[in-house]
Amino acid sequence: MPQKLPPKDVAIIGLGWTGSILAYELADAGLDVVAVERGPWRDTATDFPPSYAPDELRYRIRHELFLRPAQVSLTFRNNANQTALPVRDWGAFMLGNGAGGAGVHWNAETWRFLPSDFVVKSHLTQRYGAKFLPDDMTIQDWGVSYDELEPYYDRFEYLCGTSGTAGNLKGSIQPGGNPFEGPRSRPYPTPAQRQPFSHTLFAKAAAELGYKPFPQPSGNLSRAYTNPLGVEMGPCTYCGFCEWFGCANYSKASPQTTILPALFRKPNFTARTDCEVTKINLDRSGKHATGITFVDSSGEEWEQPAELVMLCGFQLWNVQLLMLSGIGQIYDPNTGEGQIGRNFSHQTISTALGFFDKSKFNFNPFIASGAIGMCIDEFNGDNFDHGPHGFVGGGYMGQVQSNGRPMEFTDAVPAGTPAWGAKWKQAMRDNYLSTVYAGTGVHGSCYSYRQNHLDLDPTYKDRFGRPLVRMTMDFHENELKMNAFLTDIYAEIIKAMGANRVDKRPRKGPYDVTKYQTSHLCGGAIMGSNPKESALNKYLQSWDVPNLFVQGATAFPQNAGYNPTGTVGALAYWSAKAIREQYLKSPGPLVDA
Amino acid sequence: MARPRRRDVLGAMALALGGVPLRGRAAIINGALPWMPDKTSPPPKITESGWRYFTNDEAATVEALVDRLIPPDPETPGGKDAGCAVFIDRQLAGPYGHSEGLYTQGPFHPGTKEQGPQSPDDPAKHYRKALAALDEHCRKAEGGKRFSELDDAAKDKVIAGLEDGSIDLGDEKGSFFKQLLKDTQQGFFADPIYGGNKDMAGWKMIGFPGARYDYRDWVDRHNEKFPLPPIGIADHPDWKEG
Amino acid sequence: MALASGVALGDNTGQDFSQIERGRYLAAAGDCAGCHTKPGGKNFAGGLPVATPFGIVISPNITPDRETGIGLWSNDDFVRAMTEGIRRDGANLYPAMPYVYYTKATRDDVLAIRAYLNTVPAVDNGVKADQLPFPLSVRTDMAAWNKLYFTPGEFQPISNKNAEWNRGAYLVEGLMHCGACHTPKNFAGGDEKGRPLQGYALQGWFAPDLTTDDRRGIGSWSAGDLAAYLKTGHNRFSAATGPMADVVTHSTSKMTDADLHAVATYLKDQAPPNEKAPQPVAASDPAMKMGAAIYADECSACHTPNGKGIANLFPSLAGSPNVQSTDPTSAIRIVLAGTQSVATDRAPTAPAMPAFGDTLDNREVAAVLTYIRNAWGNAAPLVSAGDIARHRDSLAKGDE
Repeated sequence: MPQKLPPKDVAIIGLGWTGSILAYELADAGLDVVAVERGPWRDTATDFPPSYAPDELRYRIRHELFLRPAQVSLTFRNNANQTALPVRDWGAFMLGNGAGGAGVHWNAETWRFLPSDFVVKSHLTQRYGAKFLPDDMTIQDWGVSYDELEPYYDRFEYLCGTSGTAGNLKGSIQPGGNPFEGPRSRPYPTPAQRQPFSHTLFAKAAAELGYKPFPQPSGNLSRAYTNPLGVEMGPCTYCGFCEWFGCANYSKASPQTTILPALFRKPNFTARTDCEVTKINLDRSGKHATGITFVDSSGEEWEQPAELVMLCGFQLWNVQLLMLSGIGQIYDPNTGEGQIGRNFSHQTISTALGFFDKSKFNFNPFIASGAIGMCIDEFNGDNFDHGPHGFVGGGYMGQVQSNGRPMEFTDAVPAGTPAWGAKWKQAMRDNYLSTVYAGTGVHGSCYSYRQNHLDLDPTYKDRFGRPLVRMTMDFHENELKMNAFLTDIYAEIIKAMGANRVDKRPRKGPYDVTKYQTSHLCGGAIMGSNPKESALNKYLQSWDVPNLFVQGATAFPQNAGYNPTGTVGALAYWSAKAIREQYLKSPGPLVDA
Repeated sequence: MARPRRRDVLGAMALALGGVPLRGRAAIINGALPWMPDKTSPPPKITESGWRYFTNDEAATVEALVDRLIPPDPETPGGKDAGCAVFIDRQLAGPYGHSEGLYTQGPFHPGTKEQGPQSPDDPAKHYRKALAALDEHCRKAEGGKRFSELDDAAKDKVIAGLEDGSIDLGDEKGSFFKQLLKDTQQGFFADPIYGGNKDMAGWKMIGFPGARYDYRDWVDRHNEKFPLPPIGIADHPDWKEG
Repeated sequence: MALASGVALGDNTGQDFSQIERGRYLAAAGDCAGCHTKPGGKNFAGGLPVATPFGIVISPNITPDRETGIGLWSNDDFVRAMTEGIRRDGANLYPAMPYVYYTKATRDDVLAIRAYLNTVPAVDNGVKADQLPFPLSVRTDMAAWNKLYFTPGEFQPISNKNAEWNRGAYLVEGLMHCGACHTPKNFAGGDEKGRPLQGYALQGWFAPDLTTDDRRGIGSWSAGDLAAYLKTGHNRFSAATGPMADVVTHSTSKMTDADLHAVATYLKDQAPPNEKAPQPVAASDPAMKMGAAIYADECSACHTPNGKGIANLFPSLAGSPNVQSTDPTSAIRIVLAGTQSVATDRAPTAPAMPAFGDTLDNREVAAVLTYIRNAWGNAAPLVSAGDIARHRDSLAKGDE
């Protein structure tokens, strides 16, 4: 029997971006809040100071900051005809762990989704007709609009100090920014970062081809910044150890550098670290959460009663915990019934390597930051006419090369180079400084399909004996076509930069769980306006258990062509506002089912 | 007169104000950001000689292998002199060698390429078995010679056979080659503190300045060669008096 | 303007709200809780070991508990303890209790503090006796000490200074007892006359010079910089850490902007010691060259290549009193063990300096300290590897 703790107003599961935001907002409303975090406390000066933060082996290759698969993993198969097998080591995506969550190791690319992304189903149907969409595509509108979310995008960006150039200020298109973005109420809090050589070359080539390049919105700050909570950030030093690493000089937006210092000053907030939540507890009706159960690192089990539960873990674990807690109905792809596990999606990325004459081009690829880059958005979302192409969706593309870390460059040699031996060695020597190699040169959408889903594995268990979540996932023709089209255009721009040779590396099926392709897993407990087809209402409130809110990309009905964190942060603030101003006054469903 | 050592008392209390540890490492944090003096975790520098995991015979084979995967040339040492075998030895003796932190529960079934490696063997065991099988293969196929005794051309032929899977080591086809190549290249480019990349030879070869943390003065200096030599976490050739 | 605001004097049995609130404020300015509240303990219940140069003094319980606190004390008893250092039973207090400074407070202010203390919950907490070695354990010896080093008497305004200056002087010399740490001490622990606020090393830290010395003091800080530092723990140059972090947390951050500005006005009028500025160690010195290389690799990503840091986040090393103090104790400690700066409501970030004790050896720490003490126009004596070794030992032993 777990030991029972004194009740709290709010129990938060996970202290990453959304957990920190919800904890701050609800503690600020006067509630007694506890956050329970699976991983350890993490502190800049202790865990990744400048003297050993730039260590590719430790952080990039050996995953120092990540969750360990031994703690919990998942099983994977491409389709229902295969037997899912456990993911024994991370490959396709990286899972955050500890205070700050994935906000510690992200690149800090801080995008907004397009207004049309939030109404993608009705928008595409209206423009191209329902028959234009593949039969098994299950995309949905979000139930929330860009205009509704705009103030909360703004709040998240001002929390982070995001560096960028506005492209659309209250409807007026601005030079140098992204002309396709939705209207923003004010400029970015800090100006765009400075750009290294190859990034500016991309912008020049793109402009000459008639596109409108703009700097990628970056949470690696162009200058020092004090956010509205009074928390100070430093300027980015372009060290090139950003994604997979913690930032040693307080210049990358993370919960640590933006919100935790203010949160921990609140006497009505408590965090428990190295404690893993095993269950959301329900009362007999199954319609009301009574709190959570967690296990500390010694194996002791505790019950934390709470009036409100915020599920703020990573997408996979949110879905797993809902299933293990018996909340909602697990989705069945054969019948299309059930809400938990449906509309699982990831991201469709690719790149093209540009090899330049080393006597004329020296890119110093190690001078970079996680979210540096020059991009174009002509081929994102529905910014272009899909009619002639026979696919939907799109993505941004750019020279967004975030580093020159050598172990990630061992395959940055022209196609046909042997993988080893003198020729490989010479190719490394010849190309390192003069190659354009952006991991996510093309960053595209991944729409949802009937067959791509999550459920519980019948065989494999985690360390507590609970079933692992099972991922059934494959790329569909729509995404592969979209990616091939975008990769071709991207390669043309790289060529126009002056490359001697361009090697395209388009995304190919089947979906491969060993190959890194962003950590942007989405869906599984999606938001929407219909409880039959969604798990959450537009405020991220569970249709089934109204005192449970599920945060993060878990709620995305499908993934757009951008990095998700800006939208995750905006949704968290949007949801927090609804809780503060509506739910607390009158606890219960905020939307009638 | 002197003030109380409130600060130090706090430090000794582990996780700050109200920091009552549960058990183990779990902690309750309230009132302030936890912080403790004198607490860092830099990696220990590998300086000792000798092998920690490999037998001398295994080490000879691995040194011969890494020196063909990354052969020496007039400008840059090969895998052996760059310390790649030492690097692999220390890695196999540590958490990596024992799949620490990975999902190692059974049952074990071979899967598709897309599902990733499913072997019950950890890297240390994989090396041990594969190296034994490799020497066995060479003795049979190369007139009783061990791999390390072959000439370069013969070595390269054997490696090519490992790469394309035509030489069977009793493991997943080509999997030892993949692991060895990855580990070797990592040993060539990892911070020298881990035993490879000796004298930062790998970094010097490509022009990577190593563990530097501030390029503010260089972002705008387009198409200029960065002039400073590499530094490592514990390798600072310019830290000398005078 | 009166030194203490003109609130009617209430008696200590009444519930004069404004007097109690004034007392709460003055108790914060005097940082009573700094010694009388144990971390994690009940407010003002004492029991905190206070290190003095001569041994440990345990702070007493000053809650209104009648057995173990000061519940039975009369107002006169309380005033006598605060301003004369004499306990209710007639025994002398050790000057760990800063009556040497509190004596400057007006009776009115002292009674306001008493009125406030009367409102805090009584706690039954008898504290252990002091642990001073003989002969200091004999409290009667303090009478002799007082004769030598204690000048009783309320603060007297200086007529040719304005009210703000006088308010600042009243606070600094009195309740805030800044000199307790910042004034050099003689062999008996008494303030060195004639060197007020010129800096003093204690508890493994160096409390820097608070005079307007350009190099080691606060000469380059404006009154606004000083007030911001005291209010938030941070300003465009520096950050409070170590024992000063506690002072900011429990005392100065709770003071009014007007009082802090008064404090700043007074401090900005403190003449620097009449000492010649040291010659900087030459850039060609071997230690300087090595230090410059270490600084570039390990320090500049935060403190910036020109040593100016980032306002409110990474302290400026150029022009810093902490860096250039003749006694480098604080700088050595911060490099070896790291430190976290203070968090306040207005400046919650609490950026921390990582510990370099594990990654830099004594020679390297000495070189980089010598460098930052003598680069960018700074000047201070060379730091030796032996200095670092000594501090490393005493840090390891927990002496500091």
